[in-house]
Amino acid sequence: MKADDPRIHWIAEPKLGLAGSMYLPLVVGGLVTTAKHLLSPKVTVSYPDQEPEIANRSIYRGVHRLNRDGQGRVKCVACFLCATACPAHCIDIVGAESPWPDREKYPESFTIDELRCIYCGMCEEACPVDAIELTSLYNLTGRSREEMVFDKEKLLSVYDATHKQEPMRSAAHKGAP
Amino acid sequence: MAIELPDNVVVSKLDELASWCRKNSLWPMPFATACCGIELMATGASRHDLARFGAEVFRFSPRQCDLMIVAGRVVMKMLPVLQRIWQQMHEPKWCISMGACASTGGVFDTYAVVQGIDRFIPVDMYVPGCPPRPEQLIQAIMDLQDKIQREGTIMGDEFSTQARQQPKRALVELPIIGRPSAACVRGTYEGLR
Repeated sequence: MKADDPRIHWIAEPKLGLAGSMYLPLVVGGLVTTAKHLLSPKVTVSYPDQEPEIANRSIYRGVHRLNRDGQGRVKCVACFLCATACPAHCIDIVGAESPWPDREKYPESFTIDELRCIYCGMCEEACPVDAIELTSLYNLTGRSREEMVFDKEKLLSVYDATHKQEPMRSAAHKGAP
Repeated sequence: MAIELPDNVVVSKLDELASWCRKNSLWPMPFATACCGIELMATGASRHDLARFGAEVFRFSPRQCDLMIVAGRVVMKMLPVLQRIWQQMHEPKWCISMGACASTGGVFDTYAVVQGIDRFIPVDMYVPGCPPRPEQLIQAIMDLQDKIQREGTIMGDEFSTQARQQPKRALVELPIIGRPSAACVRGTYEGLR
């Protein structure tokens, strides 16, 4: 195709007026956008001063806790169902013979690697005695990998810290171990 | 050392001043390889607004950054890139390992995925979660600011990569979080039946 081909439709550059050549309409348009944002409602959640809204704390999946039964003992019966269900393999349980008459086993040690965990909640779904639950603590950070491996005492202390605000989901059958 | 100061209160004041300047102008290098990067972007956006902490200037050039945020899984092939970017950053520099994959490998327990970037570069703050909330990342940045203010000196030697790699991160000494042994699991199943 040549330049003088009749099928070519040539378009002329639009003529700019004085205001257009000084970019005035565009500048004013930009300032109008800025002014609109100045007057629009603020969206920033200033986190350390303002907690984020969590719609339903009882189904939020944050840091784990190990529940206690009515007598203050750990509820877990060391059945390994949570460790089996865990897709990240972050739960490590050492079961031992229970010192109490109402169950056969209890966890001698129960550690969760909070860094490897993906907070999917499969462990609390798998738990037959509702011993492991996920709380609504959302702002966990750590300075080393060692301190992010939570042992049984730490998980129980999470329960002690949170059970007032978030009661156990299995409060209906309290008598069960 | 070029700076010779008497051992008096002025030294600590200068240290504090340097640390204060550093902690309030952390320029992040976003090493976002996966879904955690989306939360990283959300943290920088107006709802969470990292500018409140002076850390909003995401620079994609490592020469201009002093905080590397590794967000997402890092595979072995990506690791030379990560290390080169880390080496190109100016000291003092810090690193936040964001999310389960960057910190430990997460669910990707395979030969191809690095099981925690702290095996290769020093990490200051670990953020658990898959992915973490933006608030969690903000918390990590605040904790890092606290660390810089507490530990920083004017020369910044204590944050140099060499100084921190002297006590080698002995990951072999970590408690091994293994899976329950096969015999254990089998026994449990039989017991339930």
